Amino acid sequence: MALNWFKYSSPQTFYPLAGRLIPVFAVLAAVLGAVGLYIGFFVAPTDFQQGEAYRIIFIHVPAAWMSMFIYLVMAGWAAFGLILNTRLSSMMATALAPTGALMTFLALWTGSLWGKPMWGTWWAWDARMTSELILLFLYIGFMALQASIDDPRRADKAGAILALVGAVNVPIIYFSVKWWNTLHQGSSISFGRSPSMASTMLLGMLVMALAYWMYCIAAALMRVRSIILERERNAQWVRDLKGAPA
Amino acid sequence: MWDAFVAVFARDVLQAWRRRADWLTTIFFFVIVVSLFPLGVGPEPALLKTMAPGIVWVAALLAAMLSLPRVFGTDFADGTLEQLVLTPQPLPFLVLAKVLAHWLLTGIPLAVIAPVLGLQFGLEGEPVVVLFVALLLGTPCLSLIGAVGAALTLGVRGGGVLIALLVLPLYIPVLIFGAGAVEATVAGTGAAGHLSLLAAGLLIAIVLIPWAVAAALRIALE
Repeated sequence: MALNWFKYSSPQTFYPLAGRLIPVFAVLAAVLGAVGLYIGFFVAPTDFQQGEAYRIIFIHVPAAWMSMFIYLVMAGWAAFGLILNTRLSSMMATALAPTGALMTFLALWTGSLWGKPMWGTWWAWDARMTSELILLFLYIGFMALQASIDDPRRADKAGAILALVGAVNVPIIYFSVKWWNTLHQGSSISFGRSPSMASTMLLGMLVMALAYWMYCIAAALMRVRSIILERERNAQWVRDLKGAPA
Repeated sequence: MWDAFVAVFARDVLQAWRRRADWLTTIFFFVIVVSLFPLGVGPEPALLKTMAPGIVWVAALLAAMLSLPRVFGTDFADGTLEQLVLTPQPLPFLVLAKVLAHWLLTGIPLAVIAPVLGLQFGLEGEPVVVLFVALLLGTPCLSLIGAVGAALTLGVRGGGVLIALLVLPLYIPVLIFGAGAVEATVAGTGAAGHLSLLAAGLLIAIVLIPWAVAAALRIALE
């Protein structure tokens, strides 16, 4: 086997790789973000029902996608860390949590900004909004648990169990909230947007989603680099780094 | 294996019996929280009747959560937990015994008292029975899910507040189906669906959660 799959699973080899990858993802995020916002704000046509205010979906929808996806990725890394006992996997899970929480918050915030002109209310106990809020609580719980355990290895493992229990629970929470919502309130607010979205709108949204991806990867890599330095500060290779240029 | 299960269960119950005040506090907390709501929102009977299932369930959630640190806390402090982990008996099984004891000491009393509180709020007849059944099915879920939080926060700084942050979001489905069962009965649509979902959730929890708790305990004792 010529390819060593595990070469970059050690913090020591991953640290410089991450350092080289961060600029790539950061530049891609900036370029795609600029293009996506340009399409979103200048090229995409005005929606005949919602006017100009709909344009916030170019920020809102990708954030909501990322918020859910990052939780799965985080739980995946946490599971890797728990099963294979690899340090870097757990570090990745820890590094992803704040970005995921940020995306969740962004989705909630932009969602309520959108809701005010559209439905005349900042907040509705809609199934999606409620489950997004609960997702934010799950992220905060994960971070709070890790922050309160001093031993990093124990924090990793405890966080991993919580993330996995949460990941099993997320679909249950989603469907329970959905049923709860349909039971409680009638369809006072219709969330179903017209399925025939203009192709430029779709394009703008996809470009923005890619920009979010790149940003999230870059942010997570930067955070994981800091975590590696913090945890491996007593390792010889980190001491050697001090002399070398960054 | 059954001997160990029975021994762990009997020991927890006996300990709780000798320190009754600890467990009674939880029950009184439940009663007090429920009684505070009419004082807060006003004595309007119609309003109270619609709010009753939700109030009773939220109070049950909080009461169950408050009693969680005791599931493993004292055993962790005096080293018993370590001995339990070292026994040749499967740890998830012993965990199940401890959770069962916790349910017997909090869940069942809550379920027994809840109908009385329901009557205070103007619920009568079938909804009260459904409230009792829903709590009987739901509180073991609360004990099981809560045990994960209790095991994860063993010996952790600020464990008491942290446990709320970890466990309450995971309690949400139980709350929805539990309160929903009573509301559906009041509305006349029948509670069978909600109760079935609660029972299904309980079965899943019984199968999966003891493993997660056992893993969390091993991490806490590393």
